[in-house]
Amino acid sequence: MSAETLTENSLASDFWQGVRLSMPVVVASAPFAVLFGALAVDNGFSVLEAFLMSALIYGGASQMVGIQLFGQHVAPWLIVLSIFAVNFRHVLYSAGIGRRIAHWPVIQQALGYFILTDPQFAVAEARANTGQTVGFAWYLGLGLPVYIFWVIESALGAVFGKLIPDTHALGIDFLLPIYFLGLVLGFRKRPLWLPVVLASAAVSIVAYKTVGSPWHVSIGAIAGVLLAVILPPHHSGVETRP
Amino acid sequence: MSTTFWIIIAGAIATYLTRIGGHLVISRFDNIHPRVEAGLNAVPAAVLTTLVAPELLNAGPAEWAALVVTAVVSLRGGLMAMFLAGAAVLILARQFVG
Repeated sequence: MSAETLTENSLASDFWQGVRLSMPVVVASAPFAVLFGALAVDNGFSVLEAFLMSALIYGGASQMVGIQLFGQHVAPWLIVLSIFAVNFRHVLYSAGIGRRIAHWPVIQQALGYFILTDPQFAVAEARANTGQTVGFAWYLGLGLPVYIFWVIESALGAVFGKLIPDTHALGIDFLLPIYFLGLVLGFRKRPLWLPVVLASAAVSIVAYKTVGSPWHVSIGAIAGVLLAVILPPHHSGVETRP
Repeated sequence: MSTTFWIIIAGAIATYLTRIGGHLVISRFDNIHPRVEAGLNAVPAAVLTTLVAPELLNAGPAEWAALVVTAVVSLRGGLMAMFLAGAAVLILARQFVG
């Protein structure tokens, strides 16, 4: 299908179809955007910095990790490395979605990868699995509302976060561990999940007690990943790939 | 420019590299070694676990209650349900046990 046969109308219709699919993601991510903004300010970020982090990084869990470590006065390079580590899963999304969007112009692909989040990947893959083309207009319709709301809500959260008087009574300081536990449990269907979690938990606690923060993050994570690498492949459920 | 600003810029570049890197690098190989793939699969759970586990050392009754409820809700609910349930229990419990 050539570009000429795509009328503006069909592109607009593709775009709005994407927008409709984005709505659940917009709703679900709203509390996390506001929470991120509030926590960022609580950990020493300015409103502008919270806004910039959401606009430029655009990855919820990694932003939470970043501000958590920032609040603990961890070395800057280690904060950046941790953001990279948390976002590393995108490498797999990127490899997967690359086949679907290879027909786009390079500039559009570059933009497409910028907004490649967990739900963006999941919904786009689901569309590709039904045999439909993943077009740029549709993909942008899916991703743009999520991005715009994420950035605005982060800034709002940062503004209102300054107004929260007693962060302890409201549990603000412990919301991140709850959120991260939720994310960890969300991966529980993956092969080797339990051994990896147990190894990372045990090693990170020991490292926290001995080497100290923030090294427990890297050391614990490396322990879990190494375990997954070392265990025989038939345990990891990846040897049956076609 | 502040240190925070540079952390954000470097974090943004690192993040974009993960989003475009898989396409640029991994898709060039026909096969990923199963052990490498198993390691990549383990990355998110391994990293995120290290952010929770040490918190258990300082956790009191309110924090434990919140984490247990979060885990129980995870058996049925999504991330949002888990988070809201855990947060609600934490806030409620802290009113009583500080």
